[in-house]
Amino acid sequence: MNGDKLLEIKNLTVHYESFDATVHAVENLNLSLRHGETLGLVGETGAGKTTTVKSVMRILPDPPAKIVSGEILFDGQDLLKLSVKEMRKIRGKQISMIFQDPMTSLNPVMTVAEQIAEVIRLHEKCSKKDAHKKACDMLELVGIRPERGSDYPHQFSGGMKQRVVIAMALACNPRFLIADEPTTALDVTIQAQVLELMKRLKAQYQTAMIMITHDLGIVADICDYVAIMYAGEVVEYGTREHIFNHTGHPYTRGLFACIPDIFTDQNELEPINGLTPDPTQLPEGCRFHPRCPHATERCAKEHPENIELAPGHFVACHLANKGGNENA
Amino acid sequence: MPNTLLEVKHLKKYFNTKAGLLHAVDDVSFSIAKGETLGLVGESGCGKSTIGRAILRLHEPTSGEVILDGTDVTKLNKQELRELRRKMQIVFQDPYSSLDGRKSVFESIGEPLVIQKVCKSKAEYEKRVYELMETVGLAERLVNAYPHELDGGRRQRVGIARALALNPSFLVLDEPVSALDVSIQAQVLNLMQKLQKDLGLTYLFISHNLSVVKHISDRIAVMYLGRMVEFSDCRALFKNPLHPYTKALLSAVPIPRLDVKQERILLEGDVPSPVNPAPGCRFASRCASCMEICREKQPELQEIEPGHFAACHLLND
Repeated sequence: MNGDKLLEIKNLTVHYESFDATVHAVENLNLSLRHGETLGLVGETGAGKTTTVKSVMRILPDPPAKIVSGEILFDGQDLLKLSVKEMRKIRGKQISMIFQDPMTSLNPVMTVAEQIAEVIRLHEKCSKKDAHKKACDMLELVGIRPERGSDYPHQFSGGMKQRVVIAMALACNPRFLIADEPTTALDVTIQAQVLELMKRLKAQYQTAMIMITHDLGIVADICDYVAIMYAGEVVEYGTREHIFNHTGHPYTRGLFACIPDIFTDQNELEPINGLTPDPTQLPEGCRFHPRCPHATERCAKEHPENIELAPGHFVACHLANKGGNENA
Repeated sequence: MPNTLLEVKHLKKYFNTKAGLLHAVDDVSFSIAKGETLGLVGESGCGKSTIGRAILRLHEPTSGEVILDGTDVTKLNKQELRELRRKMQIVFQDPYSSLDGRKSVFESIGEPLVIQKVCKSKAEYEKRVYELMETVGLAERLVNAYPHELDGGRRQRVGIARALALNPSFLVLDEPVSALDVSIQAQVLNLMQKLQKDLGLTYLFISHNLSVVKHISDRIAVMYLGRMVEFSDCRALFKNPLHPYTKALLSAVPIPRLDVKQERILLEGDVPSPVNPAPGCRFASRCASCMEICREKQPELQEIEPGHFAACHLLND
């Protein structure tokens, strides 16, 4: 990878500490992202996707969350070393975030234009009037009539609210956008509208993006790179084509096999057996080995290192070179 | 139709709201054969859950008939209804809120048996609960666990075991896998297919997830704003959708494959309010090929191809 990295996460480890247990939410995570690229962060509940991006935004609830080690370089600057005040200047201006549930991420007692103008006024020196005008322009950009700026969130439908949230996130032309399951709470036809909008805006403003999702269909649609997370670790990373056409990790393959295919008729799905491990008591060795159909003795003892299957395609599996299957 | 287990005729359910009469389900008819799975799809607010609940009379239908095995459910008194509940059960969407947090797995699964007084002895009762746990794949050690100790997939298994306790012949599955992670979702879907085969169950499977519905259903009904817009054999629907709404809905599903290029049909705007809906086709305000007649006259469901029904003026000429 070349030097124009916008975001680089190095060896990030985050724990949630309580009196009697430590949750290993994210462990030794490495990711990077260049200008204008979209990275899909895929995994099931509790895989550590949201914890990862919240560390980037520095909005983890502390306590109980603790960033144990690691660096998060944004444009070469370590975000974890910044003061609260310096971070505030970056949040919303350089990096912004879209949350999963548009129903709860807006302030119910402010009109939507006021809420968008608030971000603008915070980061740009401009009059109240200019900020309001810009807010209305942003609404128009996401396909909402500017007159509706004086409405309150409860007067909008779910899809419209998510558009407002997107408008707010993009109001200061951030270089980097984090979208945490932005369409999970929406219906499919509305989801299609919002995804189309995000694709268009991304192309227009060359914004880099991390898209958290559990829907591989959305990944196929919008992402350039994909990182598959399992129990706090990235188990597979590569371009979209690597992940879809040359799947390396047994967990990733399992994820694909779980989804009913809309084009073919299958009699039975092949679920991944078992459950995601308890994050306070992670298994030794490879974290996926208790559920892995190809696990060997080595998998139970030794933690797998990243293996580069093809340039830029990393898989953390002892069997990756054998196609993830000892017998292959 | 031979072997019809459930027949729903002109079912209507209106709710009185401050804003006016909310047409949640407006004149819907269909039937389900024994051992069949009917998938009911649509977006939020289209009335799919209301249909499921109205069939079980968890909502009192405004009008219409629901005939289960020759008995009109809507005409039963309380006593008779309670007896009929042995034949029909429901599994709810959210296993996090549909179980009583103060009841153990044993109590939750055993509750229907107690209410219906079907077990003659305590030993029989216990045996039946353990049997049910085995049927749905719950380990015996969980018998005294409480819902908060279980993950979503296991909770949903408890919900299914409860529904199966009385040996029903018909189950309404109201988004049973929507709250679950994909790997667990696949486990639960497989379980339901196995149960259907082993116990000869008939399902009404309600979901907004089209790929899941396609996987499990024999026939599919598509709902939009309280009306059924298309009804067909599962394969025919996916191969040749007739109604403009179905077409848009199918094209909007994100496909986890790179070798398929999707032609997306983007619908403008949002679903309109079901309160005092405008006359004419419910979909008219968002339909790209809306004609004059669509705003005046409500289209009826018509058989366009054998076994394939759709309600659209474009298809009548």
